[in-house]
Amino acid sequence: MEQKSIFSVISPIMVGPSSSHTAGAVRLGLMARNIYNAPFSKVKFVLYNSFATTGFGHGTDKGLLAGILGYQVDDSSIKNIFETVNNVDYSFSYIQDISRHPNSVDIIIDDKMTISGDSVGAGEIRINNINGFSTDINGSYDTLLLMYKDKPGMISTVSDIIQKQKVNIASLHCGRSSKGGQASMYIALDIPIGEDVVEKVKNIKDVYFVTNIRKLK
Amino acid sequence: MTILSFEELINKCNTENKKIYEIALEEESFIQDENFDVIKIKTLETLLAMKEAVKNGLKSTEKSISEWCGDDCEKLQKRYYTTASILGKTFEKIITYALATAEENLRMGRIVACPTAGSCGIVPSVIIAVAEEKKIPEIEQINGLMTAGLIGLIISNKVQLAGAVAGCQAECGVASAMAAAALTQMLGGNILEILQATALALKNILGLTCDPVCGLVEVPCIKRNAFLAIHAVTASELALCGVESKIPLDEIVDTLKITGQLMSPLLKETSQGGLAKTKTAIELEKKLFNNKQ
Repeated sequence: MEQKSIFSVISPIMVGPSSSHTAGAVRLGLMARNIYNAPFSKVKFVLYNSFATTGFGHGTDKGLLAGILGYQVDDSSIKNIFETVNNVDYSFSYIQDISRHPNSVDIIIDDKMTISGDSVGAGEIRINNINGFSTDINGSYDTLLLMYKDKPGMISTVSDIIQKQKVNIASLHCGRSSKGGQASMYIALDIPIGEDVVEKVKNIKDVYFVTNIRKLK
Repeated sequence: MTILSFEELINKCNTENKKIYEIALEEESFIQDENFDVIKIKTLETLLAMKEAVKNGLKSTEKSISEWCGDDCEKLQKRYYTTASILGKTFEKIITYALATAEENLRMGRIVACPTAGSCGIVPSVIIAVAEEKKIPEIEQINGLMTAGLIGLIISNKVQLAGAVAGCQAECGVASAMAAAALTQMLGGNILEILQATALALKNILGLTCDPVCGLVEVPCIKRNAFLAIHAVTASELALCGVESKIPLDEIVDTLKITGQLMSPLLKETSQGGLAKTKTAIELEKKLFNNKQ
């Protein structure tokens, strides 16, 4: 069993009213921000199930928007976020779909990237899909995510670059749509890597997309 | 090393001749790889955030997003300004601070989830009100909060602290047990008395369901914070008098978990049963939904 901190029961310091529907929503937004990792002007949120039905009373919509704009879970100004945002075009839609987690959201940024995640309780979150690729990112590690054309040797090429920086890999996950098709890899790291390393990974042949996802505070 | 039971905790305290908060400090320092001072400062920051939430809650009468709740704390303050409670100032303060924090939570104010946001008023109200009335120094409040933290942590190693898993037993119930432990520590109780207070508080909330109206952390959550804060005081007083639970604490925690498993899903944060399905709740839900459109 992973050893837990006493601060798992006497925190987080957060704006209310719900750790899953408010703090979790902010953290999902923050995670989407870290994954996209670039300026954006448009964001759509699709809220599912309990997020859709009770999200209104819990400020889930405000939390998601605040998170993607970089607010932390304890920022008192989240409450008035709709009055303060003017440079981002945002919208919300609501869907019931029992195949999804009760507290689930799709975050679509600039019509380019769709990030799906769940708020799994006590403010904890999971990002489980990015642009159609399954992931399991919970924000507790700095993570390197890349998408590439499936071919032999990619894992060793990438891990070799990371190893040369003397950064320890905590976990590594791969998946692909089909043999030789589009593949994804996400690597949880014990310490963050620099943008120079990200550039090196970007320059590997047949890598389409790389993002250096910082862990949540 | 993870402490998995209260029996282990007692043995550790006895063998090493340490208080519960000292064990908490050592464990936390090890996990976070930080020295004792850093952990104490982090705990102090948590305590100060709790005090800030009480302060803000006392001043505000702003309603929640649903507009059902948010002005009860003011009613208490008004009455106690002219008429004292028969149980005295400490009682007045505990229930007032519990409502202040819980109301601050529902209006999207800054609070400390302890252990959850819905139960955020219980531990702070007991620690802060008693500290003010009994002039208990800050360091002893920190020790109380750390004691509550380790107690809650050991419970959470056995049962996930979420209404969806074990009903309100696991939220306001566990908060009350944590508050009882903190208070007993602050009042100079020994380790056995602290654990007896925890046991007595927990034993007497078994079966508490989570049936929030319209799924919001409002009805019955807010007022329940005041009730279970006082529940913690009762448990602590009994323990300090030497009253003991016939059933050991570890077995009570197991019982809480099993009771949670036996509880119908309709009564575990789904708002499909209990108070959430009363005639009035359904009407409130319709109204809220219409206003939203």
